[in-house]
Amino acid sequence: MEAVLLAFILMLSVFLGFELIAKVPATLHTPLMSGANAISGITVVGAIIAAGADLGPWSTWLGALAVFFATVNVVGGYMVTDRMLSMFKKKDSDTRGDS
Amino acid sequence: MSLEVLGGVYILAAILFVFGLKLMSSPATAVRGNLLSSVGMLIAVVITLLSKEIIDYRYIAGAAILGAVVGAVAARRVAMTGMPEMVALFNGSGGIGSLLVGWAALYSDDRSAFTLITVMISILIGGVTFSGSLVAWAKLSETIGSGAITFGGQRLVNVLILLALVVCSVLIVFNPALTFPLVFVVIALSVLLGVMAVIPIGGADMPVVISLLNSYSGLAACAAGFAINNTILIVAGSLVGAAGLILTNIMCKAMNRSLSNVLFSGFAAPGKATKVEGEVKPITADDAYLILEAASSVVMVPGYGMAVAQAQHVVRELGELLEANGADVSYAIHPVAGRMPGHMNVLLAEANVPYDQLIEMDEINPRIENIDVAIVIGANDVVNPAAREDENSPIYGMPIINVDYARTVFVLKRSMASGFSGVDNPLFFGENTRMLFGDAKQSLSSVIAEFKS
Repeated sequence: MEAVLLAFILMLSVFLGFELIAKVPATLHTPLMSGANAISGITVVGAIIAAGADLGPWSTWLGALAVFFATVNVVGGYMVTDRMLSMFKKKDSDTRGDS
Repeated sequence: MSLEVLGGVYILAAILFVFGLKLMSSPATAVRGNLLSSVGMLIAVVITLLSKEIIDYRYIAGAAILGAVVGAVAARRVAMTGMPEMVALFNGSGGIGSLLVGWAALYSDDRSAFTLITVMISILIGGVTFSGSLVAWAKLSETIGSGAITFGGQRLVNVLILLALVVCSVLIVFNPALTFPLVFVVIALSVLLGVMAVIPIGGADMPVVISLLNSYSGLAACAAGFAINNTILIVAGSLVGAAGLILTNIMCKAMNRSLSNVLFSGFAAPGKATKVEGEVKPITADDAYLILEAASSVVMVPGYGMAVAQAQHVVRELGELLEANGADVSYAIHPVAGRMPGHMNVLLAEANVPYDQLIEMDEINPRIENIDVAIVIGANDVVNPAAREDENSPIYGMPIINVDYARTVFVLKRSMASGFSGVDNPLFFGENTRMLFGDAKQSLSSVIAEFKS
């Protein structure tokens, strides 16, 4: 039964994802992609459980390695997305340092 | 802390992810959207750390700090032109993360068939994402050639790998005692499959691959969520999976090709297309300046060549000079220009081009006849009229920006070579086309110098 419930969640999230993304303009495709990529770093939650729940040395080490990679994904992904997005400016509000 | 509290906070995190993605639909709110989504991630991580399952923090802390430093430094240091490579690497690290989470789940007490199947799926998708992203990175950074690498029987080899994967997984599910020798075979084959899947894909098709791998990284997290029975992994992972699939679909449509066509076959052998012949009319920077000075509407059409020449800043400078001169300036961007979705937009935004001047193909094409000058900067296939007119052309049917309908077209080009797909471009021989040969950055700089003198 649990599996069925999880499958339901999966189905609804996929439809929600389609609805949310279909409206993103082409201008923002790169930040959208890297922002979504950062969200996929959610696997860090699973990694934390594997590394910290004391399930034996293998689980701990694999988990710790997973925490490392997933954190690179999360921190790097969000920061680089923020960097990109803060460059998108409207015409009237642009303040330039150069030229 | 009870499981209900944990679940409740996960729901809150999911809400933040959803709102974060929703706010991504406009440049004005996107920064806030990204921030919301990162807050969602933070509370999901913190609540997991506080849950009673976690009893040992040493390894988590060490790995997380190290990962955060590496991620932060990479995100700070990367140049905007290096963004496709960076996104590929982040994708890959998410993929290997999910693979490891799935693998580690094999050491828990739960060895039900459902868990074993989902573990195999998370290893498979995670492994493909990981090695596929590394190959994509190597192609984008030209560490290996960016062209398609194909050999006879490639498809057969892939089918055999997939078959072997299925056999190993079935053996593990029916006989869990075999898990430990066989899981290593599954991991190795998954990684191999990722390499095999990406090497036959050429550089111009990279936007499709990058968005597909993006989708896989979400699906891998989702599969890992099934393996460890964690709802937030399933929700967040499938949101990303869906997002990546939509982008992949948009990219495929923009090339008028099916996904399977992109994945399994390089471009049809070039040379069959109608040979284009005619006279090329070169132009000097002086003459280009005279025409531009008299123009009242100008549209810039950038392509991957602009990224290579790092010409985005001079493009913006010329745009500003033209505006100061009274011309109406816009930047028309084809969905697959560059090496990832939205590549050109990011580069122009970096160069301080306001986003309301960045317009899409469907928006410019209906009014391109009224444009005085279209300047093509390092774009080729996406402005090739053969896609519209020549049924024998390998890119026939691909929607293009119809720059040849503008009153005058300037094409900035290094030399007379055909584009990435090896297709001849009749645009270069057009009646109203003028070729400005040389490095795009230098050509534009000399036009700018004329304006300033």
